[in-house]
Amino acid sequence: MSVASVAARDARIQRWTPLSVAFTGGLAGIVAVLAFAPVVLGENSQNNLIQLYFLIIMAMMWNALAGYGGLVSVGQQGFIGIGAYAAVFLSVQHSLNPYLSMLLATFVGAALAIPVAAVVLWFKHGAFAIATWVVAEAFAIVVSLDPNPAIGGGTGTSALLPFNLRYTPTQRLHYTYWAALGAVAVLLLLLFVLLRSRLGGSLQAIRDDEEAAASVGVRVLLGKGILFVVAGAGSAAAGTIILAWQLSILPLGPDSIFGIDWTAKMIFMVLVGGLGTFEGPIIGAVALYVLQTYGPNGGVWYFVLLGGIAIGFALFLPRGIWGTIQERFNVQLLPVGYRLRNVTTGRGTA
Amino acid sequence: MTWVSAIVHGILLGGFYALLATGLALMFGVMRIINLAHGSLALIGAYMAFLFVEHAHISPYLALAPILPVALVAGYALQRTMLERSLRAGQLVPLLTTFGLLIVIANLLQYFFSPDVHSLDEGRIGAAAWNVSSALAIPWFDVLTLGIAVFLLGGLQLVLQHTQLGRELRATAEDPDTAELVGVNARAVYARATAIAVATAALAGVFYGMRTSFDPNAGAAELLYAFEAVVIGGIGSLWGTLWGGIVLGVAQLVGAQINTEYFALSGHVVFLAVLVVRVAIQGGRLTLVPRRAT
Repeated sequence: MSVASVAARDARIQRWTPLSVAFTGGLAGIVAVLAFAPVVLGENSQNNLIQLYFLIIMAMMWNALAGYGGLVSVGQQGFIGIGAYAAVFLSVQHSLNPYLSMLLATFVGAALAIPVAAVVLWFKHGAFAIATWVVAEAFAIVVSLDPNPAIGGGTGTSALLPFNLRYTPTQRLHYTYWAALGAVAVLLLLLFVLLRSRLGGSLQAIRDDEEAAASVGVRVLLGKGILFVVAGAGSAAAGTIILAWQLSILPLGPDSIFGIDWTAKMIFMVLVGGLGTFEGPIIGAVALYVLQTYGPNGGVWYFVLLGGIAIGFALFLPRGIWGTIQERFNVQLLPVGYRLRNVTTGRGTA
Repeated sequence: MTWVSAIVHGILLGGFYALLATGLALMFGVMRIINLAHGSLALIGAYMAFLFVEHAHISPYLALAPILPVALVAGYALQRTMLERSLRAGQLVPLLTTFGLLIVIANLLQYFFSPDVHSLDEGRIGAAAWNVSSALAIPWFDVLTLGIAVFLLGGLQLVLQHTQLGRELRATAEDPDTAELVGVNARAVYARATAIAVATAALAGVFYGMRTSFDPNAGAAELLYAFEAVVIGGIGSLWGTLWGGIVLGVAQLVGAQINTEYFALSGHVVFLAVLVVRVAIQGGRLTLVPRRAT
C-alpha cells in the first residue's frame, strides 16, 4: 500500500480547529468591545490606541507583501504619504468631509498601486526593494514640488481646517478612533478572506518557488499584483489615519509622512511578530508600541534599538515571536492554513 | 553652452556614482545580495576621514592610508558575523539585516557627530578648474574622481580576469556549491569580496565628503543613486556601472538645468524609464536575479 493512500485514509484536511473557532469568534468580540472605547476610555488612551491601530495596519500590509508574496518593499511610505496627501487634497481643496476624503484616499492608494505594480513587479528581491524605494522618493519629490497651496510644497500642510469646520476636537478623536478601528477590522477581514481563498494557496506557492509555481499554472504576476494593490490601499489608509491623528504633515525629511522610518518600523514589527504568520504583525505592532512608549526617549537610541532588534530577530529568531510559538505548540488561532489531522491518533499537524 | 556644461558635469558626476556603485555591483555580482547599508558604510568612511582631519591634522587623501585597511577588515568581519548568517537564511534576510544596519548606522552617526552637516577639505585641487570657455569650466577634482573610478573598475576587471582570487570569485558567483567541490572556500571568497566592497565604499565616502557637505542621513540617498547606476548599466557588468553612473549623472544635471529642483526627480524618472524600456524589449522576461543552478 502506498504512503499516499495511508495518509488519505488516516488523515483529514482540517481548516478550523476548536481553538481557532473560539479565537476568531473572540477576535470579532474584541473588535466589538473596542468599539465602545470612546465611551469608556479617556483621551490619552484613545490616542494611544489610534497609534496602535495604524501600526497594526502598516505591519499587516508589509507582512502581506513580504510574508505571503516574498516581496520586500522599502517603499510603502510612498503610499502612506500619498494616502495622507490625497485626503488633504480632497478635504481642503474640494471641501469634502474629511472622513469621506480618508476613505476615497484609500482607493487613490489602490489605484496608484496598479501602474506602480506594473513596473516594479518585474523585479525580484533586492532590485524590487530598491525600485519601490525609488518610486516612493519620486512621489515625495513630486508632492514637495506641487505649488498648490492646499498641498503646501516642501513646507508641508495641515488638515486642521477641514476637521475643525465640521467637528469639535472630542468628536474628531472619537470618529478618528472608530475610523482607525474600522480600517483594522476591514483590512484584517480582507486579508483573511484573500488568504483562505485560492489566492492564498497560489501565494504560498509563489513565495516558496516562483518558477515551480508558474509551471503548475499559478498566475504569478496576478497574485503578486493583487497583494501589491491591497498593500497600497492599506498603506494609504494608514497614512490617512496618521493625518487625522497628527493633523500636520511634511513631505520631505526624516520625520516626514514619506519618511523611510515608516519602513524601518514595518520591518521591525513583522520580524518581531513573525514573518508570514497572520497573527504576527499584531504582536509586532504591540511590541513596537511598547518600545515607543517605554523605550529610550531620544529618537536616536530608539531607532538604534529598533534596527538592532530587527537584525537580531532576522538572524537568530527568523520566525519571530508568533512563528516560534506556532512551531513549538502547533497552534493556529486564525484559520488561514490547512492542517492535516490524523484520525487515528487525533493529532494534527499544520 | 549651459547645456554642454550640464552634460559635461553630468559625466563627471557619473564618475562619482560609479565609484560609489563599484562595491555594490561587486557584492551583487558575487553573492546576489544588495547591501542596503552600502551608502551608510561609505558615510562612515567620510566621518572617519573627518576625525583624522580634525585630530591628526592630515589631509583627507592621507587619511585614506589608515581608513582603507580598516575598511577591508571591517568588511571581512561584517561578512563573517552578519551577512554570512543572513545569506544562509534565504534571499529576503540579507535585505532585512542590511536595512536594519542602515537605520542603526544613520542614528549612531547622528549620536556621535550630531545631525549637523560636516565637510572635508579637498585641498588645493578643489578650487582648480580647466576653463575651457567662459561658460564651461571643468573642475580638476571631478576629473580626479572620474579617473579613480575608471582606475578602480579597470583594476577590479583585471583582478577578476587574471588572478587566482578573480577566478575563485567568478567561480563562486557562477555556482558556489560546485566551486566548493573543486576546492574553493566559498565563505572565504565571499568575505574577501565584501572586504573589497566595503573598502571601495569607504574610498567613495571620503571623496563624497570632499565633494559636498554630508549629514548622517546622506547615506540612504547616495545609496539610491549608486544602485540606480548599477541597474541602468546592467547588473553584473563592472563597466556597465560606469556607463550607468554617467547616464544617471547626465540625467540629473540636465534635469537640474531645466529647474534646479528636478535634480533627483529626473534621475529617478530616467531610472524607471530605463526599466520599463528594458522590460518591453525583453518581453517581460526580465529577471535581475538569475536563478542559481542547483
